[in-house]
Amino acid sequence: MSSKDDFTLNCPTPLAADAEISLAHGSGGALTHRLLEQLFLPAFHNPMLDARHDGAMLELGDTRLAFSTDSYVVQPLFFPGGNIGDLAINGTVSDLAMCGARPHYLSAGLILEEGFPMEQLEGIVSSMQCAARRADVQLVTGDTKVVEKGCGDGIFINTSGIGVIEGNTSVAPARVENGDLIILSGDLGRHGIAVMAAREGLDFGVTIASDTAPLSLPVLSLLAAGIDLHCLRDLTRGGLATALVEVAETAQADFSIKERAIPVSEPVRGACEILGLDPLYVANEGRFVAWVAAAEAEHALEIMHGHPLGTGACIIGRVTEGDHGAVTMETHIGGKRAIDMLSGEQLPRIC
Amino acid sequence: MKYVDEYRDGDASQQCAETIRQLVTRPWLIMEICGGQTHAIVRYGIDQLLPAEVELLHGPGCPVCVTPSGSIDKAIEIAARPEVIFTSFGDMLRVPGSSTNLMNARAQGGDVRIVYSPLDALQIARENPERTVVFFAVGFETTAPATAMAVYQARQLGIENFLLLVSHVLVPPAMEAILSSPDTRVQGFLAAGHVCTVMGYDEYPPIAAKYQIPIVVTGFEPLDILQGLLMCLRQLEEGRAEVENQYARSVRAQGNQSARKMLREVFEVVPRHWRGIGEIPQSGLGLAPAFADFDAEGRFGLANHSGGDSTECISGLILQGRAKPAACPAFGKRCTPEHPLGAPMVSSEGACAAYYRHRAHASPEPVASESEAPA
Repeated sequence: MSSKDDFTLNCPTPLAADAEISLAHGSGGALTHRLLEQLFLPAFHNPMLDARHDGAMLELGDTRLAFSTDSYVVQPLFFPGGNIGDLAINGTVSDLAMCGARPHYLSAGLILEEGFPMEQLEGIVSSMQCAARRADVQLVTGDTKVVEKGCGDGIFINTSGIGVIEGNTSVAPARVENGDLIILSGDLGRHGIAVMAAREGLDFGVTIASDTAPLSLPVLSLLAAGIDLHCLRDLTRGGLATALVEVAETAQADFSIKERAIPVSEPVRGACEILGLDPLYVANEGRFVAWVAAAEAEHALEIMHGHPLGTGACIIGRVTEGDHGAVTMETHIGGKRAIDMLSGEQLPRIC
Repeated sequence: MKYVDEYRDGDASQQCAETIRQLVTRPWLIMEICGGQTHAIVRYGIDQLLPAEVELLHGPGCPVCVTPSGSIDKAIEIAARPEVIFTSFGDMLRVPGSSTNLMNARAQGGDVRIVYSPLDALQIARENPERTVVFFAVGFETTAPATAMAVYQARQLGIENFLLLVSHVLVPPAMEAILSSPDTRVQGFLAAGHVCTVMGYDEYPPIAAKYQIPIVVTGFEPLDILQGLLMCLRQLEEGRAEVENQYARSVRAQGNQSARKMLREVFEVVPRHWRGIGEIPQSGLGLAPAFADFDAEGRFGLANHSGGDSTECISGLILQGRAKPAACPAFGKRCTPEHPLGAPMVSSEGACAAYYRHRAHASPEPVASESEAPA
């Protein structure tokens, strides 16, 4: 180039906004939230929905119920540590637990593709049975549909569940208070990396298994010990970052977390380094975050460490003064970084 | 994790930052070339550890950011062909062309697949002999050797259904383009460690001498970057303009000889259009005549896509280090990672995306409705 004047300021014109559904609308990140805020919430507006919890909390007479639903479309259907069947049970059980409820009854809707191998279906149902038994829930109603070959992806499963919120338990973002400590139940990213490795045929030299688990078990232990859980949130598609930002925004509170305190296993860290992924945004299916008063945090940690699904639990940060819905992380080297929701899909980088 | 943790050590980083604070006596402007370094600086808050006198400028070293919209348009045109399986690195999928992106091309039925290596694309070609597999070959000297290897193997194996849409670019010509600008503010460079791992750094002494500017080959971890900055600032304070290698654990002066040989065999140096910057002579790699059979542009006889770009996005200024993302009126408002106006907001190595993700940003404004968008 000959001179500065040759520099042109090229840039593309804006894309048509959301003219079609893209995969990012289902990633659990910012586009999913926009879909919620601009389409679903206005259409179905009511106090239970507007509470934006993992499930709805309902009152029927003197009984307080939690009601939740989730659909499962994972590929591959079988991956290290689980399959779509136990994922579908554990996911809904965990959503109910995040409302502070004891899960009781589940429904399951199966959409099967013509030609789907019976042996695989049997394996999935068997896993659902085991997962339901482990979580102490009963599958009490269901539905099966078969679509033509090419119109499905083997199998899609929807599960819904109801649970009872016992005693005077009250778990909600609105209860998050300045000074609360934030407890993470274990290390990050196992599910996302396990599924990605299985889907893409990536070999990291060590098998990383999904963390899929019924989170009702540790949550009920905490409740039984009398811990006043202010808020709970399970980490799913958008990872820890998205869960924290969701709660910060709903609670209109600010959180401060320390990168050094956040556990990520060596194999997951290695895989994330190779793929250029940030563990804060990688999916989990067996981890949750709890907000508790500082005075109760040590007791809560003790209870969690005594439970097989909470052995890696640790305090990762606290609620600070402020109502901006902002999450800030102190980095390894002492810098500050704003934490945002997942934007679009997590895409592997070039180099 | 050994070999990573040491370079993210908090105490060592603080010590290095303290040495920099004691060294610096006046304002200095240093540009890190590589988007990977930009990302690390913003992600770890490295700039927050520096004295106020040191300002970091973010360079054009983001392969996604500098790929011109015309190339994206060509990719979309190819991806729409029913016989084609179009393969690409993941973060190219959301980069806007002049009207849409590859993600939307996939939503509209194009067979667009993410691969981690051009060799994966070659494997897809072997498994699908009835389809034509096209790989979108973008990136700097870091990704070019793998592209070269894929096309070399395709030739060896006699695979004829494998084509490349090539948009590779070279770093040193971009550095010269920035330095030759009359109002350049850059006083020192951190050169991209991975590019130098492949190419070595024998191209840099003439640049350092001609423009009297220190160049430090630098790695990507926080401590690497702080050490690179320290070396560069020491040169500036002492009035030196030399080429130094901070990233010696990876970079040799002569680079990776076999990779360079492969590049020389498969590619030739060509002029290349850089998004936001314009055409820079001798700044890209194109397939050498001996490998022209693998050129997708030639095979499909593509229309000339000049890329109808708007002028609202200031990515040209961003990529030349002449403006910071927050200086853009659209930043974080009408330009977000979901609806990027420009490529620097898309890539994880783009400066705008790094600031958007890691620094507080303004609330997005409602995006343009469909009726306001161009047809």
